Amino acid sequence: MNEPQARAGASGLPPARGGNERLRRWGRPALSAVAATLLVALGGTLSALRDRGGGPDGDRYPAGSAPRPDAVRRVALSFKAVLADLYWIRAVQHYGRTRLAGGRAEDHALLYSLLDVATTLDPRFDAAHRLGAVFLAEPSPGGPGRPDLAVALLRKGMDYAPERWEYLQDLGFVHYWWLHDPEGAARWFERAADLPGAPWWLRPLAAVTLAEGDDRAGARALWAQVRDSTGDAWVRGEAIRRLAQLDALDALDGYRHVIEGFFERTGRRPRSWRELLAAGDLAAVPVDPTGVPYELTTPDGTIAVSRRSALFPLPGGGSLPERRGR
Amino acid sequence: MSVVATIARHVLRDAVRNRVLHGATLLGVGMIGAAPVAGRLAAGQDVKLVKDLGLAAIELTGLFVAVFMGIRLLAREIEHRTLDAVLSKPIRRHQFVLGQFGGLVAALALALAVMAIGMYVVLAAAAWWVEDTVLAPAPAAPVVDPALLKAVVLTFVQLAVVAAAALCFSTVASPAVAAASTCGFYVICHFGGELRNLGSVVDSRFAASLAAGLSYVLPDLASFDVKAAVVHAQPVTVGYMALTAGSGAAYVLAFLVLALAVFAKRDLT
Repeated sequence: MNEPQARAGASGLPPARGGNERLRRWGRPALSAVAATLLVALGGTLSALRDRGGGPDGDRYPAGSAPRPDAVRRVALSFKAVLADLYWIRAVQHYGRTRLAGGRAEDHALLYSLLDVATTLDPRFDAAHRLGAVFLAEPSPGGPGRPDLAVALLRKGMDYAPERWEYLQDLGFVHYWWLHDPEGAARWFERAADLPGAPWWLRPLAAVTLAEGDDRAGARALWAQVRDSTGDAWVRGEAIRRLAQLDALDALDGYRHVIEGFFERTGRRPRSWRELLAAGDLAAVPVDPTGVPYELTTPDGTIAVSRRSALFPLPGGGSLPERRGR
Repeated sequence: MSVVATIARHVLRDAVRNRVLHGATLLGVGMIGAAPVAGRLAAGQDVKLVKDLGLAAIELTGLFVAVFMGIRLLAREIEHRTLDAVLSKPIRRHQFVLGQFGGLVAALALALAVMAIGMYVVLAAAAWWVEDTVLAPAPAAPVVDPALLKAVVLTFVQLAVVAAAALCFSTVASPAVAAASTCGFYVICHFGGELRNLGSVVDSRFAASLAAGLSYVLPDLASFDVKAAVVHAQPVTVGYMALTAGSGAAYVLAFLVLALAVFAKRDLT
């Protein structure tokens, strides 16, 4: 009599044929798999319950929670570059998440700290300096609206790599576009043009910036140059978007004339695009370069790009002059 | 010499069958393979991220292999009593230790080579993909850049120093203590600059002098790290490579001499 038969006989139960054997073969792995699945499900459920209740402070990365760059640099050992990448990803995620949520300028408070850590860990991290400056300078609601910090970040990159004319070009750009300082911009473009390997167009760009001043023609020249010269797809896309904003500003000027014409004929502002269509002033509802219809506000008849448009908000609140002339 | 080579071959063959080495190497290759996914979050920095993560994974995995295989080599032979059988043959203790270290370094080289190939495969795929999606590669450096091998070579030398230190510590201490000591050694050897400048932050002249002296005795492992330089297409000269590798080889020999001296006197009964 084998062992299972003997055990079954002693208990009076029918023999569990090969029960132990079966348990050994698949019972234990199956039980383990079931237990592991249940534990994973329990972990997931508890996480979901925790998330539903909200965190202790509502934000996992509150302002000022980025560590000191020097401290991170010391403890990073041989892994500085990869940690710099992680901080860069955090900065991009923080910027994107806050931007998508329509966050206020102060909601971007952590952005500079994250970029500071990334660029301290990897001082030659080009994108963290250059794209980071673009993020920082972008005004609310798209970004924190801190061109001063953008300048600080670019100067930090310039201090480490003084041979890089790109940082000086970007500094000129921030001065022109965000600080409305065409003279300062021209000085940076001139300095960039003096560096070895700088492209030929920087010097004429400095001249254009000075001649055109803070207006659409100067801005168009600048963004067209960025679009044609950058090697980065994101920056190129941003330049194309800025050029589209300038096109939208031109188009809005045209539609304002149409509205003025309507006002002169009827003595009141149009209440909707339909009125202008019915009057034959327009052939179709006007759309911006991204295909989103412009918004006509009643009763004052002002027009602007829609908040749903990728072009919103327009530079200078839509008031960048077509040509300032000097 | 043939005795040392035979033992090294045996250790390598054993290591190739070792699940720890398999697991570590697979983990490294997995990290490298996952890099393009993480790169999608990095706003056009895919190639830089693949290179950075690839080189970091190679070093991290290699460090794990160097420490955990280094501390277990002698301990396992003593524990399993196989050392008695080996030493009963015409094999001297120093030949045994050198053979063990040779096998460990060969296993390390194999693991690093597998991961480096994995990184280049991912980069080759990224080169094709970057072209299609007009994503910019790291400035001035090609996507599939042979210069990355410079970083892999110096990482290998650095890990050979760590493995020699692990082997040395394992001749005098238990595996747990040897592992902790080796990890501490790896960390402190990255703080050469801080040790040298300790005088500016502490009042004790003795502590400052001791730290400064220590910084000149310990290998400067930070100097073996040229990962960021090669990723950013900065020059890493042959002279720098040779001097750094030479200093690494000197430290390896120093640790082996110490290990041999201790192991020769060690009571194995």
